[in-house]
Amino acid sequence: MSNEFETVVGLEVHVELKTNTKIFCACKTAFGAEPNTQVCPICSGFPGMLPVLNKKVVELAIKTGLAINAEIASYCKFDRKNYFYPDLPNAYQISQFALPICTNGYLDIDVNGSQKRIRINRAHMEEDAGKLVHDGTITTTAFSLVDLNRTGVPLLEIVSEPDMRSAQEARAYLEKLRSMLLFAQVSDARMEEGSIRCDANVSVRRKGEEKLGVRAEIKNLNSFKAMEKAIEYEAKRQMEAIEDGETLIQETRTWDDEKGVTRSMRNKEEAHDYRYYPDPDLPPIQIDAAWIEEIKATLPEMPDAAKQRLQDQFGLPEYDAAIITTSPHSLSFFDQCVAVFPEAKTVSNWMMGELSRMLNQNNLEIQQCKITPAMLADLLKLIADGTISGKMAKSVFEKMFDSGNSAAQIIEEQGMVQISDEDTLRKIIAEIIDNNPVVVADYRSGKEKARGFLVGQVMKATKGQANPNSVNKILTELLTKEGD
Amino acid sequence: MAIDIKEVEHIALLARINISEKEKAEFAEQMTQILQYVEKLNELNTNEVEPLYHILPIYNVFREDNVVESPDRDELFANAPQHEDGYYKVPRIL
Repeated sequence: MSNEFETVVGLEVHVELKTNTKIFCACKTAFGAEPNTQVCPICSGFPGMLPVLNKKVVELAIKTGLAINAEIASYCKFDRKNYFYPDLPNAYQISQFALPICTNGYLDIDVNGSQKRIRINRAHMEEDAGKLVHDGTITTTAFSLVDLNRTGVPLLEIVSEPDMRSAQEARAYLEKLRSMLLFAQVSDARMEEGSIRCDANVSVRRKGEEKLGVRAEIKNLNSFKAMEKAIEYEAKRQMEAIEDGETLIQETRTWDDEKGVTRSMRNKEEAHDYRYYPDPDLPPIQIDAAWIEEIKATLPEMPDAAKQRLQDQFGLPEYDAAIITTSPHSLSFFDQCVAVFPEAKTVSNWMMGELSRMLNQNNLEIQQCKITPAMLADLLKLIADGTISGKMAKSVFEKMFDSGNSAAQIIEEQGMVQISDEDTLRKIIAEIIDNNPVVVADYRSGKEKARGFLVGQVMKATKGQANPNSVNKILTELLTKEGD
Repeated sequence: MAIDIKEVEHIALLARINISEKEKAEFAEQMTQILQYVEKLNELNTNEVEPLYHILPIYNVFREDNVVESPDRDELFANAPQHEDGYYKVPRIL
């Protein structure tokens, strides 16, 4: 059935900009403060208060616009979006409707090995609303509690074109956008703290059809996984409805993560009528080329450029370069490590292998890791000069990860130094050959497997500390010699 | 352009105010008059006129990103009809 249809997705992403203070007043924006302790007469909507725009918000919006390849407006302004809700003390949200600060951007995403361009329609500045706490659900609670700490926190809403054709593409776009925001240092971009929030516009149409289908706006997507699952569910629901001859209506639906379904939010019959008009309290904003240039100069290397550099400068495969450039912290880890230990592919292997495995296992991010780039470089040096084997290094790495101690310290404490001394090894190996005449005869009659057994015996006798290269060399030498 | 009773009812609902049947008729008439008055502007040719978004010729009125301590919560709550455990308390919404 679903082969006949294609899914069409556009995303609206709300990004909390990283400022000390709110967009129109000097209250703090810290996450997780006691309720209503970061609130003043301006953000709680007292009559007669005047908002004054935080310059940093405009700068971060311009910076984000540059990061998403958008045009920066030379003139923009704020509008009032009118609606009544207890999380909005002014009964209007200050936003940008007619003249947003950024337009016509794009991001390139990788899908199944090929690149796809996702266009961005616009990005506009606005204030966040407060938080409501209900006893049970919103429809059954006797009353609601309101925390206005978040009211007036600066947001940039980034609206894509409906250019994505699957949940996977939507995820790739959101991940790419998040990585751009992190690289540009404009937001903490933490989905779990709500500093990125995402709504998905989902519709389906028969393949080959030009016209877009009737869309549903899905809210409450709190993680990458939730977003993917919700889009998949919603697309399937719409396809089935069309097959069953139902008529879809344009509506807002909420994702129920526990049940794995989207549900209609059943808005009142009355359509939204926000009566936008220019906010008379806020004079317009003029942005000249010099200001844009000044901000452009503060933009660090972005992931696409970094990815190219890792391939050109270090000869890394595209796959490795893509993974290392998913976050600025991971890129900086790589750069610092390679500065000390220049075998880039080895560094990349360890980052994508052991390091990534341990980080996932412990639910940590690379910047929280006790192993510094210099510490990993030291460990890799010890493998390269034969002090320890690759296998030993993995166990050393785990101990480093847990304790934060250096490789040298752990190796010394555990007595883990590799045995490369050939005389010592020759003695051990000769003894093993003497004690296993049957296996040796098997090997000489052509059973390759028998050799593996002998290597195993050497490793057992040396508690895994024998240098595997030396063992192989000496074993070959002795087996050949005694066979003569 | 004329405003009818239905439009007045819609606007009253958006503004969350109750108005009587008598007022609806009055407002419909008054609003129609206001619109007709403003419509006079349409008789002018404004092709060459830049749209005006703000009444004053001022731009870029900014504040630096410096924190000022917020007032004590209890001071804010002095104006709230109800509060509880550090939150404003409001009647059921939906």
